[in-house]
Amino acid sequence: MPKDHGIGASSKRREDVRFLTGRGRYTDDINLHGQTYVHFLRSDVAHGRLHKVDTSAAEAMPGVVRIFTGKDFEGVGGLPCGWQVTDRHGNPMQEPAHPVLAQGKVRHVGDPIAAVVAETAAQARNAAEAIVLDIEELPAVVDMKKALSADAPKVHDDLTSNLCYDWGFVEENKGAVDEAFARAAHVTTLELVNNRLSPNAMEPRVAVGDYNAGTDDSTLYTTSQNPHVIRLLMGAFVLGIPEHKLRVVAPDVGGGFGSKIFHYAEEAFCTFAAKQIRRPVKWTCSRSEAFITDAHGRDHVTKIELALDAENNFTALRTETYANMGAYLSTFAPSVPTWLHGTLMAGNYKTPLIYVNVKAVFTNTVPVDAYRGAGRPEATYQLERLVDKAARELGVDPVDLRRQNFVTQFPYATPVAVEYDTGDYHATMDKLLEMIDRDGFEARAAKSKADGKLRGLGINCYIEACGIAPSALVGQLGARAGLYESATVRVNATGGIVVMTGSHSHGQGHETSFAQVVADMIGVPEAQVEIVHGDTANTPMGMGTYGSRSIAVGGSAMVRATEKIINKAKKIAAHLLEASDSDIELKDGQFTVAGTDKSVAWGDVTLAAYVPHNYPLTELEPGLEETAFYDPNNFTYPAGAYACEVEIDPDTGKVRICSFAAADDFGNVINPMIVSGQVHGGLAQGIGQALLENVSYDENGQLLSASYMDYAMPRADDVPFYQVDHSCVTPCTHNPLGVKGCGEAGAIGSPPAVVNAVIDALHRGGMTHVAHIDMPLTPARVWSAMQG
Amino acid sequence: MTQVTMTVNGKAVSGTVEGRTLLAEFLREGLRMTGTHIGCDTSQCGACVVHVNGNAIKSCTALALDLDGASVVTIEGMANPDGSLSVIQQAFQDHHGLQCGFCTPGMVMSAAALLKENPKPTEAEVRAYLEGNICRCTGYHNIVKAIMAASGQDVSAIAAE
Ligand code: FES
Ligand code: FES
Repeated sequence: MPKDHGIGASSKRREDVRFLTGRGRYTDDINLHGQTYVHFLRSDVAHGRLHKVDTSAAEAMPGVVRIFTGKDFEGVGGLPCGWQVTDRHGNPMQEPAHPVLAQGKVRHVGDPIAAVVAETAAQARNAAEAIVLDIEELPAVVDMKKALSADAPKVHDDLTSNLCYDWGFVEENKGAVDEAFARAAHVTTLELVNNRLSPNAMEPRVAVGDYNAGTDDSTLYTTSQNPHVIRLLMGAFVLGIPEHKLRVVAPDVGGGFGSKIFHYAEEAFCTFAAKQIRRPVKWTCSRSEAFITDAHGRDHVTKIELALDAENNFTALRTETYANMGAYLSTFAPSVPTWLHGTLMAGNYKTPLIYVNVKAVFTNTVPVDAYRGAGRPEATYQLERLVDKAARELGVDPVDLRRQNFVTQFPYATPVAVEYDTGDYHATMDKLLEMIDRDGFEARAAKSKADGKLRGLGINCYIEACGIAPSALVGQLGARAGLYESATVRVNATGGIVVMTGSHSHGQGHETSFAQVVADMIGVPEAQVEIVHGDTANTPMGMGTYGSRSIAVGGSAMVRATEKIINKAKKIAAHLLEASDSDIELKDGQFTVAGTDKSVAWGDVTLAAYVPHNYPLTELEPGLEETAFYDPNNFTYPAGAYACEVEIDPDTGKVRICSFAAADDFGNVINPMIVSGQVHGGLAQGIGQALLENVSYDENGQLLSASYMDYAMPRADDVPFYQVDHSCVTPCTHNPLGVKGCGEAGAIGSPPAVVNAVIDALHRGGMTHVAHIDMPLTPARVWSAMQG
Repeated sequence: MTQVTMTVNGKAVSGTVEGRTLLAEFLREGLRMTGTHIGCDTSQCGACVVHVNGNAIKSCTALALDLDGASVVTIEGMANPDGSLSVIQQAFQDHHGLQCGFCTPGMVMSAAALLKENPKPTEAEVRAYLEGNICRCTGYHNIVKAIMAASGQDVSAIAAE
């Protein structure tokens, strides 16, 4: 019987009611008294020297309150980068300045030059058109390898080149890896591109800055996944506002997928300008603007090689990747191709020797940063495409080759610095094969053939590291932040419970799933537990939600705080029952003296805590409120096996996804319905990457895919019903709930399954010359590849 | 600025608009009815879908001025008269057809229009109909399932959750 409440139940989401009735409160729904509107005038050239910004005509336009340019931000901090990578030679990465409004140069199409604040949005837009710019256009660098040539134009004049860093991992292993390749019985090599994507949360970014001159307090309402991080970065590094004078609110947020982690110029601008003009300042991003300002994702160009011995054991892996940083370092950009990518190159396999080289490159394009999966999709894609190619070259079953090389002993220390605590890769593979009826594939392929189509099956594995943590480790690796999470549990006198969490929900359903955990621990109805998030004024300092960390890190903090509550409540109950607190048991909201029928209810204890007439005041403070900060001692390692079946129309090269199956091990699951939904969404994004989506620049740095007319988002008829399963469970060994993370798996595991399936279909159709096609596998690309 | 009057969710409303004011803007800014969302500027995403005189339209493509006298229904008008969720809304909750909720108003409005013209749509028909509604969160699985369930079809055979 599936559970009907608490941990493990598919409780329906309470937040749905407001979203389904139009009562959500997203940032753009917030309007403050006396509010002004800002429009940013942005560079329409990719690279240029900014000689003059003449705002005089614009200032005279109707409704204009004030126009800001880079000059107004001299002496104000730039946007900080939150992660410093050290290169192969022990030197820090090159880290350019990132002004809020352009100073001296513009470096990508979309770089903000001036900001017009006016009474209405239309007036701000109109006035921006009257600003006269004198920009000397410079040659742009777009292609990463060209950007590294000696005579390439420099994105940042004060840096020595366009190379941000040249990272080697593990540098000490390089020699041993090369030797293993020299000894290999077989080497498989693959060059591939991990295509640049635009995250495209459906809610465009919005910022509303407000300033209270009476108290000298600033407030920013913003579409963020992590309001405390924004408060710290913006307050401390950009505007110099101490945290106690700055409140950041991220109310209902319409999806993030990484793009709303970062601190953006518009947030700092609205906060800054509101204080300058003493009126609220609101910015609402248009979709066209989002394409040229929201950080992009992926954009890696990689050569990867696998060495195998005569028995087909993997003996070494070597990769060389060029990773696009864009024009500036977005908040966590340097960590993505390094620590979130290199550390995952072992995958599910016991390859003993691995060397990863990453060159991060500045180009005249929008900054690139974490997007759903962040580094781990890139690692998985390379590895799982490569292993498939190796199997084909060796003439062995791709599933068997994987199984032969699976890690089976846990904990397992990889040669790339992480330790998998637990897992069972055979179990998820077995489950997957059971789900997909592999034996029936030939019959389905024959049917497709009769219809004039080519059918293929792609299978792959993935592992990811999520719940990003622990602080001490990430500090050594260059993070300029801690990665704990926090929760305050406040129990009210009549027994209601409010959890104030540092995690942030922008679609993940924390208001429901977090409440399930606390309700289960105490034994009260879920409706008695309220989850508060997204406002620095009423939540403890937290790091927010990304990297599939909410339940693993934020949930753990909440469990710890709830344990403290239960411990204290037991002491109060012991006093009321005249028993020893070690004899008190809590079950279904009742405190009982073990082995007796003496009990008090949860509500009696909570009332006593706040009306302490009969209360052990000499030993215990009144009240029932506890806070915990949880800093995990490892990542969690969800893993699984994915399969995709495709049909290709040989006349057009169009690929249709016939079926997609995902067998995941997420450890213990709090709400299976929500977890499945997370996987579904990730799969659509991975399928989108594999078949449809591509951010495309021309050689002058003009963005060609700058609207939904040109950027192909997956739509309902591009995807099938998915089969998802998370019944294989190896609980995480180091967090109290035994949970892993589930938010990114779908996006990480699915692209190689799709591409493997297409290659399989082509080979079955006799086109054995096609070793690889780069994503997205558009009809044109597939058709061209078929022609040879 | 010109005065327009229309019926929104059964109530007479009026306000002043410019010639360029879109229906979506009039609803959100003029009437402060923020349930209708704006997710793009090329009429592609469908977050803004409302019903005008019984037809589903993208409210970012209609000028408020042109709709003087029209009858408009938005997401705020979709619940049952007693405030409980309508069949479609309830199906979205039951089948987890929403995550961040941003595309949801448009999805519900499109779903209602679909079921009016096609009371028992197949999976393929639902997917084809939603061509103009983008969701980045759900992967569409549970949206399609919810709409089929709202039409009274048995969806229990569709993969769990
Ligand atoms: S806002 Fe109307 S279609 Fe996107
Ligand atoms: S639920 Fe977030 S876009 Fe659809």
